[in-house]
Amino acid sequence: MSRLLARIMLDRLVTAVIVLCVMLTAIPVLVLLLFVVIRGLPGMLTPGFFTSPPHPFGVPGGGVFNAIIGTLEIVGIGSLLAVPFGALVGIFLSEYGRNRIGDTVRFTSDVLTGLPSIAFGIFGYTVLVATLHHFSAISASVALAVLMLPVVLRATETALVLVPQSLREAGLALGAARWRVTIEIVVPAALGGIVTGALLAMARAAGETAPLLFTALGNDFTQVNPLQPMGALSLTVFKNALLPYTELQNQAWAAALLLVIMVAVTNILARIYVRRIQR
Amino acid sequence: MIATATMQTEVAPPPMRDVDAETKLDARHVNFWYGDFQALHDASLAVQARKITALIGPSGCGKTTFLRVFNRMHDLTPGTRATGEVLLDGHNVLSPDTDVINLRRQVGMLFQRANPFPKSIYDNVAYGPHILGWSKPQINEIVEESLKDTGLWDEVKDRLRRSALNLSGGQQQRLCLARALAVKPEVILMDEPASALDPIATLRIEELMQELKKRYTIVIVTHNMQQSARVSDFTAFMLMNPKRAGEVIEFGPTDDIFNRPKDSRTEDYITGRFG
Repeated sequence: MSRLLARIMLDRLVTAVIVLCVMLTAIPVLVLLLFVVIRGLPGMLTPGFFTSPPHPFGVPGGGVFNAIIGTLEIVGIGSLLAVPFGALVGIFLSEYGRNRIGDTVRFTSDVLTGLPSIAFGIFGYTVLVATLHHFSAISASVALAVLMLPVVLRATETALVLVPQSLREAGLALGAARWRVTIEIVVPAALGGIVTGALLAMARAAGETAPLLFTALGNDFTQVNPLQPMGALSLTVFKNALLPYTELQNQAWAAALLLVIMVAVTNILARIYVRRIQR
Repeated sequence: MIATATMQTEVAPPPMRDVDAETKLDARHVNFWYGDFQALHDASLAVQARKITALIGPSGCGKTTFLRVFNRMHDLTPGTRATGEVLLDGHNVLSPDTDVINLRRQVGMLFQRANPFPKSIYDNVAYGPHILGWSKPQINEIVEESLKDTGLWDEVKDRLRRSALNLSGGQQQRLCLARALAVKPEVILMDEPASALDPIATLRIEELMQELKKRYTIVIVTHNMQQSARVSDFTAFMLMNPKRAGEVIEFGPTDDIFNRPKDSRTEDYITGRFG
């Protein structure tokens, strides 16, 4: 009886430790989120926040329209570069990469993951800004694309490796060529994981500031030409937070909240889409 | 019902060859290696057309390995090597010039665990014909025919667009069989197709095999001797030799193997003295 009691106590203890760990992880995130909502909401409700670019110093009002457009465009172009390429390399690694080449790519990608994000900014600066003699949104997109690449690639590989071998065998046993099985069976089965990886990468890219500093530079006017300097929400947060004006600091909080919301909405939409096509 | 289904128009009939009326698949002196480890030693087996041939033997004796050589599934495992001959209608499938894709169309396979694609019921069966580039009406027809041949049609005809993963285990295995039938194979290899199924679902599969053998040549691996005795016309008994390589100990009509085994090791296994 006492041994049974001891086992029950141990079970309770372990459960309690696990719950504690979950709380320790979840609470800081939730507090952070709550804080951003509380501090960001007033700024977000200011008229013109969504629709107008920043006003000159001293002129009240103004918003982050330029930065919304900038973030969407910079991250959008970056994703167009990184996601297809990264997914293809991920497919290669999983289906054909059990060799030297695969190991090299994996190692390089892991090193890339560990690089501080400002290094990607320097890369964008060296490759595009310095050669074109001009700051531009496209150079920021390229920097972010390189930053996203390892995330997309490893997520795709992991998702594909999880597809049971028996599905590949089923396809091949029907007389399907290997590439067809990969494209028509394996990739659709892993689509959820691939999309999740792409979203994770996009979310990370959207929040990055350092890679944009020497590339997109920032722009207080609304700019859609990718060859020109461009604002971005993360840059707005960075710049306004350092200014001694409460109104602009509030705007920085609001821009941070908007970033969170944009990432969350993209995530939810993508999940609904994946669930629908996988049924 | 099954008979009428087969009377429907033939869709892209398999190319007819000069068939040896008796032997469909003839494995001669097959040796097989996983890297340095020899898994099959001098295995021979003459599979008769439109009969059921069973491979029995204890675990690890190379039954599945032998079966997978017949449609070159072992190509997928790096470091494997096969020597000897496996003649399908006289052509050696082990020769390098064999078109593996065409071979696998002729020699279909049913696996130990049902492995439907995570797609709709319809798409599962339609996948093979789709690869072959058949037209939409042809595919519709063959999907219905294959599902009827496996007795699934009445169970699923109202939910063809629903996911195959919602079916029961037995239904999933019959769906996999329908999927294999849809490309009009000549031989069907079955790797312990009922080992994960309950007795009733197993019985369904066994009944289906009796129907299917009128048109198809079937080779089945089973660790279940009763199943072999129930369903097969011929039985091969396999065993590991002292070096752990699988050998065919005895091969003949099922009735002979079970009632008049020539080899004492076969008799020991059949009577349950080991294995």
